[in-house]
Amino acid sequence: MGVDLWYALVGAVIIALSVFAFISARHLMKKLLAFNMMGSGVFLIMVGLPQHQHGVDAVPQALVLTGIVVAVSATALALVILRRYVRSGGDPAP
Amino acid sequence: MIPILLIIPLAFAILSLLLPRKWTRTIVIPGLILQLGAALILCLTIYTEGPQDYALGDWQAPLGISLLADGFTVTLLALTALIAALCAIYALFFLERYNREQFYFWPLFWFLLASLNGIWLAADLFNLYVGLELLGLSAVGMVALTSERPALKAALDYLYAALFGSLAYLAGVALIYGAYGTLAIPQLSEMVAGNITTQVAVALMSVGLLLKTAIFPLHFWLPPAHGGALAPVSALLSALVVKASFYILALIWLDVGALAVTVSAAQLMGALGAGAILWGSWNAFKTPQVKMLVAYSTVAQLGYLMMLFPLAIGVSEAAATMAWQGTILHLLAHAFAKAAMFLSVGTLVLAIGHGRIADLGGVSQHMPMALFAFGLSAVSLMGLPPSGGFNAKWLLLQSAIQSGQWHWFVVIAGGGLLTAAYVFRIFRVSFTETVRHEIQATHPMLQLSALLLAFIAIGLGFASEWPLRLMDLTGGGTP
Repeated sequence: MGVDLWYALVGAVIIALSVFAFISARHLMKKLLAFNMMGSGVFLIMVGLPQHQHGVDAVPQALVLTGIVVAVSATALALVILRRYVRSGGDPAP
Repeated sequence: MIPILLIIPLAFAILSLLLPRKWTRTIVIPGLILQLGAALILCLTIYTEGPQDYALGDWQAPLGISLLADGFTVTLLALTALIAALCAIYALFFLERYNREQFYFWPLFWFLLASLNGIWLAADLFNLYVGLELLGLSAVGMVALTSERPALKAALDYLYAALFGSLAYLAGVALIYGAYGTLAIPQLSEMVAGNITTQVAVALMSVGLLLKTAIFPLHFWLPPAHGGALAPVSALLSALVVKASFYILALIWLDVGALAVTVSAAQLMGALGAGAILWGSWNAFKTPQVKMLVAYSTVAQLGYLMMLFPLAIGVSEAAATMAWQGTILHLLAHAFAKAAMFLSVGTLVLAIGHGRIADLGGVSQHMPMALFAFGLSAVSLMGLPPSGGFNAKWLLLQSAIQSGQWHWFVVIAGGGLLTAAYVFRIFRVSFTETVRHEIQATHPMLQLSALLLAFIAIGLGFASEWPLRLMDLTGGGTP
């Protein structure tokens, strides 16, 4: 089994674990953490899997960099709204 | 010409953040005119010169970002510019009493427009992902505008659904890149084979996009988000935002992954659509709140879009073409009708102070224009002639007959009756004589912009040829 498949497999395991956490967790903060972990799994597949064609590939690295920026801003927005929600008396673990 | 459509909304988004607050509203009208003008010019260019593509910074496809404008794209661009313009005019007057909210509304509005245009023009799967994420973030921001607790909860649910959906989509994109080494859609549609990798990728992307399009049973986030937001926001979200993820779904099923999808999978998608029509209509029939009625109606109407898959996959070419045309017309007609409906309902809610259907008594005498707009949009949603909605359903029904799929015929025809059942709830109450609430005066522009949108939804019934002819100008790719 090649290195590329290893990356993809580990990525798939991370995704599976975090999907489980995302769905089963009730606390909204835990869900957000699970989302971030799931992102890492996807990025691992994205960078790892294409290596089987022509070694290390620059394009997916650039894609993942964009993906990380998007994930960070999404997390920031989620945190702001979550904090407002809790301050207005909302229950973070409905 | 093509990148201008991205530059205008982005520039205005940044301007409305940077300029002093009193300017935010002043630049709206010039921005809308520019945007609408640019969309129309691009429409004409494509109509006369055929599809065009544009490589950003002169970097060609596999490495660079390319934008593609064909007939279908420009139809959607024009639709977006037109609906956004009318919703913005409404918002200018509607938001007068929301002092804090209106300064956050406009930057988000422009970002929303930029990401929609980006999605229509994108020619590779990753740009679609970026567009989807930007769209989701600005839409969530708009839902949270009032920062009241129910709005914040709705925004959080929406955000989590959107984020989960985009990651599932991105996982599919990662598999596609791993297998084929490119994400450019024109290249992929020639390379993609019907193997197991593609099928897993298409499945992942579909789940993500179904969640983002709020297709039954993944629609849980839509009613509170669309029904709880401010009226112009609800209109934009229901008319345009959910259509973006459906557009990508259709692109993947009928173009990129056409060899990987099976007839039984397409029938399953149709079954989800039928579930959406039934469940959405039933809930719209039951809810006591008028805005929730319109939001559940969106859930139901999105179900018709799903009819595209069983009616266009595994059937004769003639039937598939009709299904495709019917779906596009439904998308356009629903966008206009639903925007009109949310805007007119928003005016009614503003006038009586809250949104209980039971208290709408007597509004027909005080606000005839708003109710007329609601009625016209309801005609299109029910699919009564003459309206855009009628032509769309007619094409879908004909396609179902041609391919002999009678079960979908029943669903499409029955859905119209269900729609009638829930919209008549409003008429029954509003035409009663007794006024149960003090009715406040509202700005006439609020009713006018809703009425204009409703007229377009009806007018689409007479001018269906236009968008259909423009749509035929594809550069290969979409059927």
